[in-house]
This record gives sequence, structure tokens and C-alpha cells, in this order.
Amino acid sequence: MADVSKLTPGQKVLMQGNEAIARGALEAGVSLAAAYPGNPSSEILQTLADSARSAGIYVEWSTNEKVALESAAAASYAGLRGMASMKQNGVNVAQDFICNLTISGTKGGLVLVTCDDPSGVSSTNEQDARFIARVACLPLLEPATPAECLKMTKLAFELSEEIGNLVVLRGLARLSHTRAGVTPGPLPESKRQPHWDPKERWFTIPVVPRHQVMLDKLAQAGELMTAAGVNYYDGPVRPELLVIASGSSRLYADEARRLVKATERVGILHMGATWPLDQELILEHLARADKILFAEEVDPHLESGVKSIYAQHVRELGLKDFYGQETGHKPPTGELSPSRVAAALADILGLSWQEADPAYLAKAKAAQALVAPRQVGFCPGCPHRASYWSIKQVLSADGREGIVSGDIGCYTMGVLPTGYQRVNAVHCMGSGPGIASGLGKLRSQGFDQPVISVVGDSTFFHAALPALVNARWNNSDYVLVVLDNSATAMTGFQPHPGTGATAMGQAGTVVDVEQICAGLGLPYTVLDPYDLEATQEALYDALQIGGGLRVLIFRRACALVQNKQGGHPWRMSVDPELCRGEECGCDRFCTRVFRCPGLVFDQATGKTVLDEVVCVGCGVCAQICPAGAIKARPKEATA
Amino acid sequence: MKALKYDPLDIVVTGVGGQGNVLASQVLGLALLTAGYEVTVGETYGLSQRGGSVTSQVRVSSGPVLGPMMPGHRATAIVSLEPLEALRLIGDYGHPGVVVLTNDRPLRPLGVLAGEQLYPEPAELKATLEGLCAKLCWLPATAAALELGNHILANVVLLGALCGLDLLPIGADEVEAALGEMFPETKMTPNREALAKGLALVREV
Repeated sequence: MADVSKLTPGQKVLMQGNEAIARGALEAGVSLAAAYPGNPSSEILQTLADSARSAGIYVEWSTNEKVALESAAAASYAGLRGMASMKQNGVNVAQDFICNLTISGTKGGLVLVTCDDPSGVSSTNEQDARFIARVACLPLLEPATPAECLKMTKLAFELSEEIGNLVVLRGLARLSHTRAGVTPGPLPESKRQPHWDPKERWFTIPVVPRHQVMLDKLAQAGELMTAAGVNYYDGPVRPELLVIASGSSRLYADEARRLVKATERVGILHMGATWPLDQELILEHLARADKILFAEEVDPHLESGVKSIYAQHVRELGLKDFYGQETGHKPPTGELSPSRVAAALADILGLSWQEADPAYLAKAKAAQALVAPRQVGFCPGCPHRASYWSIKQVLSADGREGIVSGDIGCYTMGVLPTGYQRVNAVHCMGSGPGIASGLGKLRSQGFDQPVISVVGDSTFFHAALPALVNARWNNSDYVLVVLDNSATAMTGFQPHPGTGATAMGQAGTVVDVEQICAGLGLPYTVLDPYDLEATQEALYDALQIGGGLRVLIFRRACALVQNKQGGHPWRMSVDPELCRGEECGCDRFCTRVFRCPGLVFDQATGKTVLDEVVCVGCGVCAQICPAGAIKARPKEATA
Repeated sequence: MKALKYDPLDIVVTGVGGQGNVLASQVLGLALLTAGYEVTVGETYGLSQRGGSVTSQVRVSSGPVLGPMMPGHRATAIVSLEPLEALRLIGDYGHPGVVVLTNDRPLRPLGVLAGEQLYPEPAELKATLEGLCAKLCWLPATAAALELGNHILANVVLLGALCGLDLLPIGADEVEAALGEMFPETKMTPNREALAKGLALVREV
């Protein structure tokens, strides 16, 4: 990411939504920013980290999202401005703190950014995190463009400081990763001196009167957001159809009315502030239209809120037709798109509209039969491929129908063919060891299958620790495999406690997985997953022992990290004389099952060939070929 | 500011993770923003380094700010770093008037490497693409990049080729200036050569 503190105020630049949020925080005078990496939010903190030295602020990758928000709240209590950014899942992790923080309140401006991921492009779910605004009675802002990301981030800080509570800014994956013109403003000239007046105390009791204070703050926020002008109407005075929209859907609705040639018939109420809803503005526009469509992602947040306001005012407003999720004009799942909104407009207004000529569409669709799906998989040389290979082989040899409890990271792909579909369950960060802990206690109920929990090194620190303490305490019986690739690889190689590096590039303290295991009294062994024989022997033995929690640490740096650090040791080749191809008793183990993209099954010769451009030289496939046709020679010797 | 021949001008840039299509779309977006147009570059990634399809959308207008997602079947051009990806994207963005500019070098999906699926013969793929667009530029971008010393330059070769078609309101000089904003001068020589190579290739089509 770039250092966004060095931009020239007033000079328009092409900026990503996430970068614009970072710049907005700097312009608002943020002093502490914290996050746990998670796409699509990761670039916000990375940008701030890369700008931290020149901006003179403190930026950290925290162990998890709850800790990140707590750190940011500390800045607030010291009178500074703080920000925590996270993906939608992170809001769940931080929720317990949020629901108490909102009652105790804040001092310096405090902002929570959630980047939601409709369609789950880089997530295990497509949860709409706007729920947190309703649950915790927090003001909610939803930008639609990178320029609005900057503007609304600044507004969020001012608003938070004005009302004395956390403010939520909600981005979307498309917006996070959209680049558009942004004109930066000036950075603050002075810095605040942090101080916590010992007479100031922040807690939630007595609960009922404090709850009322929280509601009063929300009402005050509503008035301030109205005054800020982040909600506005664009269209004819009395539209035939009113679209109430937020986020990227505002732009989709605008384009859709041009697509169906109905700009004179359709008005758009752009909602930049979506909690609390501006009741006066909504009533004013409901009175001017008889048909109302909602455009938003993913849940019917505006739809239910507006309908609730309408229900209270139905006598003065008269009968209206509402279109949205309830009527099928907005999908209940997945992203919205200009075409989807156009189809809804056409249906409601009785217009004929089609994306393209049906004959062309039919032809283009038929041609898709040629297009093989592009399945995602572990990178060439990925240690996870080797780890899952060993897990698969050992569970097969063990023969007791062992179960693998998965977790969140690149290794989540263990559910796919690239990980031999050997993972039986994946949910959220740290849930793998928790589920394994429960399975390991079902022995008393007759459960006799072996249990493996796989957890990445970053996930280990994020949320696995309490489950491990639980398993140790209650003597649960399973094998924990730490897939330690020395990076938070899935989200862009951010450091974590085990690496000891920090967000700002300074040396932190290495928090050692082995020492934690030793401290918990857990037996552990460190293995190199590239060494299949030693790994499989250790895993097999660990499964046979039983009787408690034991740990295997599969340690090998992420293949992409190794590539940057001088590469892998081997030069690989396939001996066509030895490769038996289709005739092999292994039934094409290497290409069909092992599935490294460096190995290609050549249809013409019926044998395996090596793609030297793709192969990085990890040497693992040489260990699986029963014919010994795959050769690994040290790179130095062949150079 | 030159009037846009197509307004909105919608260019899909696609390929496989790691081929540099996100960078190509950023360069194009920066060049067009500098020239004074409203630009929105929508990027989709998350599994970009793990063999998945990666697409960015460069949207340009002289008027309203556009959203990060194009409407279906209205792209002005599809620029693809991999020929099968060009056909995949035609399924979403193609129409009889679309211009397709693609690298001819296949990158086989995992299922094809595993011998479970087939990758179409180049001639069949090319003919199918030709039947679904107004103009096909089937270019040896990777081969050209390798001649310049690095396969990764295929994205800049294709940008050069795009400049040689009468679609953009800017030329190769503006794209070169945008590249100069993103790369140190020491790396600009191969980039300039790649742009020139792309321009030359498309003139042969």
C-alpha cells in the first residue's frame, strides 16, 4: 500500500475505497488504528501502517478484532481518536465489547469500519453486519464511492465525538476494492496530548438509565447526520417509482434507470446514513410516490426500517406498493447489480428490457460448454498440500474413519479437491479446536473415531487458545495440527504474534507456539510437512496414543514467502521412461489426486509432464510417485 | 478533453490470478483519470494468487460517476490475458458489437491438468470467440513479453495493443505516463518496449 499521508490536498488521485478510508482517518486526526486482517478490509490498516511513521500515529495488527476495538477504545478514553477496521465476521468477534461500550460511551472519536462481502467472494459467509447498528443502537454510515469513503470516515469521527459513542462505517467488498477519483483534504496541523482524567469512569451500571442515555445519543446522531446532508434525493418531484438505496446499490439504481430509459419516472433517495433512519425525510418522499423499491445488499435493512415507519403513518400516507426482498425484486442472497435493478424497474414499470439479443445470449451460453471451471487450489509448493496429503494417507491407513475439524485460512481449502476434501467442518476463526474438543469428550458416549483439528498459526492466536485451554482442562482426546506457515497468508502476509514482526515494521516479541504448548502441559512435536515420511509417522503415532490433547506443529513457510526468500531447493523432472501414465497402479496419483498445478497430465502421451514455469521445486511429488519417475535434484547441482 | 466514442466506455480486463490484470486496469484507470474523465475501476479478488479467475472493470464516462459493476452484455471491449477467460467473460459481458483482445497463451485450469476436463483446441477457441464479437485480436502477448525478457509484461503488451484500436480517448503516451507514476524509471524501459510491441502487434491484425 502507499503512504497516503503524503498526498497533496486538493489534487485528485485514483484511490481505492480502503485507501480512501485510511486517508479519511488521517485527515480526521486518528492517533491509534488497529485491526485483524480479513479481506475485503485488510488494505485499510495496511495503508495506515505504511503511512504511520510519516503521520506520527500508532498502528497495529491485533490478535483479533475484539482486541483491536478495545485498543482503539483506549485511545478514545485518553482523549484521542481511534479506529478499528474488520471484515463482517470480525464484528461478531467484537460484538460483546460493542454491546457494552455503547452503554458506557466514548470520549475521543471512535470509529468501527466493517467491510462486508456480499456473495462471499473472500469469506465463509455473506453476513450483513449492519445488524450491529440496530443491536447496539449505533449510528451507521454507508458510502457508495471512494470519495464518499473519505468524506464519511471524517464525518464518523466528528459524529462520534459529538455524541460520545462509537460510530459504524460500512463498506462493501466492491467498494473496498474500487478505485476512483478522490480529492484529499488537509491533514490536521496539531496533535492532541493523551490523558485519562482519573475522575472519568466508563462502565455500564446502572444499566437502565445508561441504556436511556445510549438511546438519546442515537437520536442526537440522527439529527446531526441529517444536518450533514449525507442523505439526498435525485429525480423528478413526483416520481412514479421511488428507489430507496444505500451503498453501491445507489449507483446501480442510477445506472438501471438509464438502462431502462426511465430517468423521468424514477427517483432515488440516496441513503448515506442508514441508522437511525431519517424519518422526516422518508415520510416526505413516501408522500410523493405510490410505488417504492428498495436496493441494498444483503439483508432488507432499509426495507424493514422504512416499512416500520410507514406502518406508523399509514393513515396520512394512504396505500403504497412496496417492492424489494418480500416481492422478489431484490434477491435475498448475493450481490445486487445494475442488471438486477434494471430488471426490477422494468417489471414494476411494465417496460420491456433485456440484457442482450436473445439469439446472441443463447449462442454465448452454448459456447460456455467449452469453458472449464477454474477451481482454486493451493499454490505450487504450498506446504498445506503436503500436510493434507499426509493427513489423508494417515487417516486412510488408520482406518477408523477419522474426522478433521477445519478452520479459517488458506487451509480452509482443505474442503476442496486441492485438500483432498479431507476437512469435515469449517465455520469461524477458532471453531475447529472447539468442535474437536467436544468430539474428544464424546468417548464416554461411545464415539470412537480419531479426531484431528487443523489450525493455522495466525488463527492459533486469534481464537484457538480458549478452546485449547478447554480441551486441556477437560482432558479432551484429539490431535491438534498447527499448520504453521509463518504468515497470515490468505489476507496478504500480515505478521502475527508468532512472527514477532509488527504492523509498523518494528520488532515485537515473538510469541512462541511451542512455549504456549509447554505452558499448557501439552506434548508437542515440530515437523516439516515437506518430509512426508516423518510427518506421516508422527501423525499416525499421535492418533494411536489417545487419551488427551497432543500437538503436532507442521512448520514450513508459505510457498510464496519462500519464493521471495530465495526459493525452494529442488529442480524437478519427470522421467518419461519410468512414468507409467494410465498403466500405473496408482491411477495417476500425481495429477489426478495430488493435483499440484506443476504436474500436467498430457492427453497426447498419456503420461505426466512437469511444467517448469509453474513448478517451484518443493520436492514433495517425488515422494509420492510409486514408479520413482518424478526426480528431485538440488538446484545448485543443475544450475 | 476529447469526447468519448463510447460513453460509458466499459473495458473488462481479465485473466488468471498472478497475471497482472489488476495492475493493467489500474494503469488504464490512472491514465484516463489524468486525462480528465470520470473513472471507476472495480476489482474482484480474494483468491487471486490461487489459480482463480480475476476480473477488473474499467468504467469511464464524461458524466455521472459509475458503479464498480458493469451491466451485463454491454462491455465495449474485453481484454484478456488468457484466451479461455475471454470466452468465460463473453458469457457475462459479450454482445455482437464487443471487441475482444486476448493473449493466445493458455493457462490450463486444475481440472484440465488433472485430466478430468478438456481445454479447447486453439483453433476451436479462436473460431468460437470470432463468432461472438465484432472484432477479435488474438495476440501472442506472452511470446512478445518473453522476447522482452519477462512473461509478466504480457499485461503491458495488451495495454499497448488496446491503445492501437480506436476505442480509447487517450493513446500510448498517456498510458506510458501512467506506468511512469507506478514504476521507477529503472523499470520503464521494458514497459515502454512492451507498449510499443503491443501497438505493433495489433496493427498486424
